[in-house]
Amino acid sequence: MTTTPARRPRQLSGRPRFYTSYAQQLRMFNTRPKRVSVGVLMALAVLVPFYVNDEVLQLLAVGFVASIGAIGLNIVTGYAGQISLGHAFFLAIGAYTAAALSGDPDERTIGFGITNLLVWLPAAGLVAALFGVLVAPLATRLRGLYLAIVTLGLVFLGEHIFKEWSSLTGGPGVGRPAAVPELFGYRFDEGGELLTRDQQLYLLMLVLLAIFAVLAFNLVRSKVGRAFSAVRDRDIAAEIMGVSLRKYKTLAFAVSSFYAGCAGALLYTVAGFFDPTSFNLLMSVQYIAMVLIGGAGTISGSIMGAMFITLVPRLTRELPAYVPFIAAEPTGVPNVFQVETVLYGLLIIGFLIFEPRGLYGIWVRLRNYWKSWPFSY
Amino acid sequence: MIEFLQGVAGGLGDGSVYALLALGFVIIYKSTRVINFSQPAFMLAGAVLVSYLVGPLGFYLAVAVGVLVTAMLALGVERVAVRPMIGKPVFAIAIITLGIDIAMRVVVNGFIGTDVRQVGDPWGLASRPLLGVPVQERHIAMVLTAAVAVALLFAFFKYTRIGLAMRASAVDQEAALTQGVSVGTVFALSWAIAGGLAAIGGTFVATGAGADQQMWIIALKALPAIILGGLDSLEGAVAGGLIIGVVESLVGTYQADIAPWLGNNFAVVSPYVVMLLVLLVRPYGLFGTREVERV
Repeated sequence: MTTTPARRPRQLSGRPRFYTSYAQQLRMFNTRPKRVSVGVLMALAVLVPFYVNDEVLQLLAVGFVASIGAIGLNIVTGYAGQISLGHAFFLAIGAYTAAALSGDPDERTIGFGITNLLVWLPAAGLVAALFGVLVAPLATRLRGLYLAIVTLGLVFLGEHIFKEWSSLTGGPGVGRPAAVPELFGYRFDEGGELLTRDQQLYLLMLVLLAIFAVLAFNLVRSKVGRAFSAVRDRDIAAEIMGVSLRKYKTLAFAVSSFYAGCAGALLYTVAGFFDPTSFNLLMSVQYIAMVLIGGAGTISGSIMGAMFITLVPRLTRELPAYVPFIAAEPTGVPNVFQVETVLYGLLIIGFLIFEPRGLYGIWVRLRNYWKSWPFSY
Repeated sequence: MIEFLQGVAGGLGDGSVYALLALGFVIIYKSTRVINFSQPAFMLAGAVLVSYLVGPLGFYLAVAVGVLVTAMLALGVERVAVRPMIGKPVFAIAIITLGIDIAMRVVVNGFIGTDVRQVGDPWGLASRPLLGVPVQERHIAMVLTAAVAVALLFAFFKYTRIGLAMRASAVDQEAALTQGVSVGTVFALSWAIAGGLAAIGGTFVATGAGADQQMWIIALKALPAIILGGLDSLEGAVAGGLIIGVVESLVGTYQADIAPWLGNNFAVVSPYVVMLLVLLVRPYGLFGTREVERV
């Protein structure tokens, strides 16, 4: 007797939400338009460096790195629901681990001369993850805003340590060179014959962002990701269903800190130099803003938010030309730097009140509007 | 010994300012379950207002007006940015207050500029002997003011109708609502009280050295104080504030000799170390209500 083989699940054309198997629903690109649009977006991103000037490329490269950091914060805050104001601390740990590993041994700051990206990048992530695991016991004992305050304290302690430990950090106002992006003898921060320095860095960060984003996406659609969401939505219910709060909160902090560490390590390779005072509360708030403005609990939202927050300063720089009472130099009142900071605050408030799902939510609304156009539903 | 007692006295003075700020945090937390991260901005606003008003009005009247205006400001912020968020996750509201803080501080900093603004207090850095220990007059004033403010607040919560309503809605908002308590008024009033307390605290912080753009960080030291005391305990906020003040002052006195490897100005971050240590032992602070989860 022969059994008919199970029919291969297939997608019906014109019925994008009709799934015939779980695997289909959980696929990374579960609809054709998604597949196409992401492909087109990636192709565009690869082409951008050949049409855009170096200044914008630097900004975009920093935006890609910030996206990695924002994805990290989104894993712990957006998916696992643990409010962390301490992201700057983990970014700092990654930045200094990488800088120390790849630093010049003959410099005045600590350096071991291991410039291979494949060594210092994972090392930065792992050291930061270690600190994440050390903080996690607090997270398993505390809930909600208690945790927010504790992680805020972490930023202040970190700021103090990095200011004082000048043999590692160079001290406030002086700083130290950032990690050297080198891969098997090829320096990304030195212009080659084919590509300029900024084009190379842009492409490097783009590739790294793609890798980190795919890894994160795979994590959050797996059992672990569902456990994170369960912890976020109702921790007691999650515990009763057999989701170990301690295990998953620790894991969330570890993964988030790993991402933060990697982002911190890469963040200053573009500028080449960094100062211990950068890792302050404002930086944590910027990352919170990226997550909230982009959309909590979405990977694509983290990237959108990070790009948005990174590009805001560049856009406000343009303001004095159009709005006459805003001064371009820091001595004037109101100047672009003040406008920029106020804008962070107002954007956070505005998005939380009017569009809690962030840019991702706006995108979903746009998409749904056009899906059934010209009918309203 | 004199050095130690001087440290304790200075610590109690600073600590009573932390206590005032901490009370603001706790009052808002009790009524709305939100930590108001915009407290630093209100503190700064209060101090700057006083520094502008002190010329025409004199110190005491300037403080009174500054407190009132800051309270109105807090009231307005609650109305515009926090009230629409009722029923939303507290995390979202807390982050909104963080956004308010950032935006507001930039505006206030614009009024400070790069210089230091004096609040024109009558004490300056003068000291007088108290039981044989020289104590700064401003620290004595801080302790006395804080004591009066705390006594007034506790009396207000215990004996007035609206105080009772505030306590009721802190225990159970819906039950209070069904008994005819206007929870909206309670929210507004708790923000106003917190704003007023922040203004008093800010003025005292600015006595002595004056108000500059970095002053806001001091308001965040009330956070370790409320964690120490427990987020929902008024007594805890006062005790926590005093403990943090004394610890910070003593660390400042002795750390350079005993543990120089901790670096300069370790005293500034010592409250956060105390907070971490206490939380490892008692997750809900010294006086906080232990959350009991029933399923």
